[in-house]
Parts: sequence; structure tokens; C-alpha cells
Amino acid sequence: MNVLVYLIPISIFLGGLGLVGFFWSIRSRQYDDPEGDANRILTGEYDDHPKP
Amino acid sequence: MSEVQISACPACVAAPAAEEAAHARDVRDTRFVLSLPAIYCAACISGVERELIKQPGVRAARVNLTLKRAQVDADEDVSVDDLISALTRAGYEAYELDAGAISATETDRKGRAILTRIAVSGFAMMNVMLLSIAVWSGASDVTRDMFHWISAAIALPAIAYAAQPFFGSAWSALRVKRLNMDVPISLAILLAGGMSLFETMESGHHAYFDAALSLTFFLLAGRYLDYRTRSVARSAAEELAALEVPRATLADGTVVSIADLAKGALVRVVPGARVPVDGIVVEGASELDRSLLTGESLPVEAGVDTIVSAGEVNLTGPLVVKVTAAGEDSSLHRMADLVAMAETSRNKYTSLADRAAQVYAPAVHLLSLAAFIGWMIATGDVRHSLNIAVAVLIITCPCALGLAVPAVTTAASGRLFRSGMLIKSATALERLAEVDTVVFDKTGTLTEGRPELSNLADIPPHARGVAMALAAGSAHPLSAALYEAARAAGVEPAPVSDIREVPGQGVEGRLDGMPVRLGRAAWLETQALAQTATYLKIGDETPVAFAFVDHLREGASEAVAALKRQGKDVVLLSGDAPAAVADIARRIGIDAWDAECLPEAKALRVAELTRSGRKVLMVGDGLNDTAALAAAHVSISPASALEATRVVSDMVLLGKSLAPLGEATQVAVSATKRIKENFNIATLYNLIAVPIALAGFATPLAAALAMSASSITVSLNALRLTRFTKR
Repeated sequence: MNVLVYLIPISIFLGGLGLVGFFWSIRSRQYDDPEGDANRILTGEYDDHPKP
Repeated sequence: MSEVQISACPACVAAPAAEEAAHARDVRDTRFVLSLPAIYCAACISGVERELIKQPGVRAARVNLTLKRAQVDADEDVSVDDLISALTRAGYEAYELDAGAISATETDRKGRAILTRIAVSGFAMMNVMLLSIAVWSGASDVTRDMFHWISAAIALPAIAYAAQPFFGSAWSALRVKRLNMDVPISLAILLAGGMSLFETMESGHHAYFDAALSLTFFLLAGRYLDYRTRSVARSAAEELAALEVPRATLADGTVVSIADLAKGALVRVVPGARVPVDGIVVEGASELDRSLLTGESLPVEAGVDTIVSAGEVNLTGPLVVKVTAAGEDSSLHRMADLVAMAETSRNKYTSLADRAAQVYAPAVHLLSLAAFIGWMIATGDVRHSLNIAVAVLIITCPCALGLAVPAVTTAASGRLFRSGMLIKSATALERLAEVDTVVFDKTGTLTEGRPELSNLADIPPHARGVAMALAAGSAHPLSAALYEAARAAGVEPAPVSDIREVPGQGVEGRLDGMPVRLGRAAWLETQALAQTATYLKIGDETPVAFAFVDHLREGASEAVAALKRQGKDVVLLSGDAPAAVADIARRIGIDAWDAECLPEAKALRVAELTRSGRKVLMVGDGLNDTAALAAAHVSISPASALEATRVVSDMVLLGKSLAPLGEATQVAVSATKRIKENFNIATLYNLIAVPIALAGFATPLAAALAMSASSITVSLNALRLTRFTKR
């Protein structure tokens, strides 16, 4: 059972990493235009004016 | 130079410079927001952006496909009209939006805040659940205590952060000595957290950290759904409002905002434009379409000294109007008083969720108190009794109830939005489900306010060609309709020369040396008909009348038929002349109608119906309907309505067709049914779980199972609403 000493912190840390990632995606406004982003990736031309 | 740059605080040097740069950009930048209702694909995005960037003076353009909008950064001398016409030429429909009326950033921030809280509670819930599995499967003594301590370390900060919206709302309700749904929620979360911490310290068997967290998580999800529905509706409503950019053209040609107009200023109104202010005509002659204000479909003559009101449409000649009232003071805005009075009655409506909360909240508290007292008397063990009281509180907590209503409204309003209907008020669906009488306005609602030639067959053939040739020379709606009808019937225009428009009267020309005239009855010295008509005089012949009927709005007959099929009474109230109203009522199949109604009379009729126990749905678009719309149980207006009218309506039809009306009432009925079903499901769960909790057999595992199962059933039941769309 001693392995729990490592496993529990590791699992919480990994979960926390996901949480931080989610915060970052909210902060950088990645949910502002989900439909547009889904479509932009399909265009052949380079996006010269990416969102600031 | 480098000597100057070196300083103890480089930021002190940089900051003012950055501020200056930002300020300078503020001044130079002009930011337009364009609405692009027809874009849908990747090619549209790059097409619109490329087209906009090509325009001289445009610095940047960014399309948002979700909102169907484009933001444009451009130099000050760039005109929006040029951008719009460039886009229209390239095949993209575009309108200007008033950037000030769109406050997307503010609402976005709120949505992001709820999402963050959901993420935190979800993260904590999953970790604590994992730790709890070990406890449920039999961890004991030191291991159990350690797991409880770790759970507490994760759960308590997460609750403190994520459950704040509930605490805030519960506190503000308690402060005014009321109970709302958030009071039992907050109490359950706090008691579960506190009790579990105490149990952990005493190395007890049961800790409810997972229950407290999943409660927070599910309820926040309900909150977010609720918020999404409202914000979608709000942003679409804002967009409708922003479409009318309030501007007026002064007599010298400069364009100013309505807010900057002073009394006595001279404003030019070109044919086809809406009169922006209240005033008196000082120059020019024309005809005015007053249908939005009074419901009359017949245009009225306007000349020097005619009094005009904001909202009327100028039809034939240019007018110069001296402003008597603009903006807030104009008749359009004064109508708001009438509306405010009528609206108070509707605010008394209590939603199903509130009614459920009024019964539920006290019941939950009393039950859990009873459990505590009962076990105290039976065993005398405070800790055990408190444990059972907390279990009762958690199990009865309205987790499913918190999801029951938002899940259904989200599903229903999403479905109606796809069929072109926007729900502005939170309780509109429930009210719509109760409706048994539908009152329609005529001009602009059942009809498009667009004339249609009705008697081409009765016109002598030689007159048709002459009328067509004359009509081609005028922009008057009757001329346009006449020309269109003649063209559709394959009429060849006669060789009429010297065509000249006489503002406010008609068109005249010469045919083989004979004078020919098309226009008002009075101008041709003939008797006018009782309906909308224009008259043609060739030389000295007797004038010929061209009669027009209103063009029915698309889907009007279907909507009326569908409403009648559902067993609702349909009534037509119009401010127009009896002959015109009777004609429309006959064509559309409405038996009960009333003509020449003043705005007050309409509101009075609606109030009368309400007093006699009817639940009235009012559908109208004009200013004359505004009071009636506000007085009705629930109200709908088309997107073409005046802004003041749309503001008082609970729902707005986004497309041109009226057909979604029939579907809307059906969806409303089934949505209300789902809400009630969901309440029943939640109650059923409680009926099973509460006796178990009261008997003291409820473990944290049982609580977690009951809560998740009821939340998921309720959400799935709500989703059935969207499923039957696809059929």
C-alpha cells in the first residue's frame, strides 16, 4: 500500500494539469467562435490575420 | 540615447509610451460590426475577409461564423455603405450593426466564469469519487481516515470556490426573508461539507464530500444551460436592435446621430426611408405609409404643414421635415408609458420552477429537521441524528429539480431557434403552452404590407400597356406592384414618352400626343374606390381603376389553420378599413374580426378576453399593437416590427414566414409536459430514497447513486424534445 504515497499525488497532479489546460483555453478565448474555427482549418489558404 | 534609456525602472518608461500608442489608436480606429446572415461555410469566411481587406482603408477584418458577424478595423474615411455594397456585389448579404448596442464581451465573461466553476467542481468531484471508491469497497481504519483527509483537502477549497453563486443567491433571498431553491442547496452543501469534516476528525465511517461536490457540479451544469439559452436569445435580440442604426440626414446632406438632433433642425427624408423624427413638413410633397403606426394599409398624402411621426415611411417625393421631437421625446418613445402600465400585470406570473420551489424548499427543511428530532428522541445520540439529518438533506436536495427546467428550456428554445423563432423571456414557453385564444394584427403581421394587383383581368388590354409604361417610371410601391403584375402577365409596355413623376400625385406622360396619367383619384378628378387603388386616365377617356389587395405573409394561412386545428380561437383586430380587413379575414379563414381599432381599443379587447378567463397570445408588429402585445398573456412579433414593439414581445419571429407559430405552440405544450414529467421523476426518486435515509440506511454510496441517476434521467428526458425535430 506504500505505493499510494506516490500514486495519489501523481494522479492529482495530472488531473490538475488538465484543469490548468482548461483554464488556459477559456482565458485565450477559444470558445468564442467554435464553428468558425472548425471551418477555418479546412481552407487551403494561410490565415494571414489570426485572432490577436 | 542609451543613457536616457537606462533607468531604475524600465517599465516606467515603457508604460506611458504604450498608453500613448493605445490612445492614439483609439482615436484613429473606426470599428464596424457587420451582420452577415447568409454565411455558413469555410469559403464564405475567406471570401468575406478577402473582399473586406481589398477595400481601401480597411486594416483588418475578422469573421465570426458562430455569431455570423464580421468585425472591421478601418480608417475614419471609410464608409460602411461602401463595404456593404462591396460585399453585396460579391454575393454576401450584409447589414451594419450598431457596435454600441452589442455588449458581447460582458456576457462572455459571465459565461466563462460559470464554465471555470464547473471545471473546478468537476475536477474535484472526479478525484474525490476515485478516493471514495476505495472507502466504499471496504478500506478501514487508518487508510479510510487518510482518504477522507485527502478528500477534505480537495473538496473544501473546491466547494468554497465553485458553489459561490448558490451561496450568493441564497444569502440575498434570506436577507429579504424569502426562501428560494438556493437555500436548501446551500444548506445541503455546507452541512454536508461541515458534517463530513467533523466525521473525518473523529475518524467516523461516513463522509459526504463526493455528494457535496457532485451536487455542486450538476447544479452548476443546470445554471450554465440556463445561462446559455438566455445569452443566445439576448445576443440575437441585441442584434435585431442594433440593425436600426439611428441616423438622420440633415437638409445640407450631413448625416448625424438622432441623439444629436435639436428641435427646429431640418431633416431630409428620401423616398423609401423611414421618417426618423416627429416633425412638420416644410418642403416637398409625397405620400406616407403609416401602417406601422396605425395599421392603415392605404398611404396618406403629405405636403407642406403635414405633421409626421417617427416610424412612418416616405413613399414618393423627397420631404424636408422640421424637427419637433427627436429620440427620447418622439412619439415612438412616448408609447413606452402605455406599455409599462400594461406590463405590470404580466410580471405576476410565477414560473413552474418557482412554484415547485415554494412547496419544495420548506418541505425539505422540515423533513430533515423532523428526522433529526425523531432520531434524537429515539436514540439520544446527537452525532448519529445529525448524520441522518444531513443524509436526508442531501438526498432530497433538488439536484434533479435544478436541472429539470433548464435542460428542457434549452432543448425547446434550441429547437424553436432553428425553425426561426427567438425566445426572449424565460417563462414565455410555459405561458405559450397555456394559450387558448390567438389575436392577430393585420397589416405587417398577417400581410406583408406589400400591395398586389387584384383586377388585371378587368382592365381593357390597351390600358394595361400604358399603365405598365407609366408605372415603370415610379418607385411608388403601387407602381412597382402594378409593373410586376403586368410583367408577369406578359404585357408589353406602350410607347409612352416624356414620363415625369409628380410628387405626391402620380406619373404622367404622352402617348401619340395624348396626355396620359397614372395616380391618385383626386388628381384625375374621379371617384375613389373603398380600397387601395390607383387610377389611369388616357386622354379624355373615363379613368380606369387598378385595385390592390395586401400580399399575404408567407405561412400566414398555414399558421392560422394549425392554430385552429389545435382548438384555439383566432381573432383578427386591425386599425385598417373594414373592407380590407374583411377581405383578408375571408382569404385566411378567420371568422372573428374587427376593423378600425385604435391602439387603446386593441389593448382593451385583449384585457377583456383576459378577464373572461382566456389566455391570449397576441401577434402584432405595429406601434398600434404595442399596448395590446404588452397586455396579452404572451406575445410574438415578426422581425420586421419596430424596435419598440419587439422589446415588449416575448418572442420574435426571425424569418419572413409565420409558419413556425403552429409549431411553437406545440413545442411549448410538450416542453411544459416534459418539465412536469421531470418534476415527477425527481419526486419519485425522493419517494424511494427518503424513507431509506430516514431509516438511517443511507450511505454516501447510496446518496451518490441516487443523485447521479436522477440527474441523468432528467437530462435524457429533456433531450427527447430535440429528437423529435429531426422527423
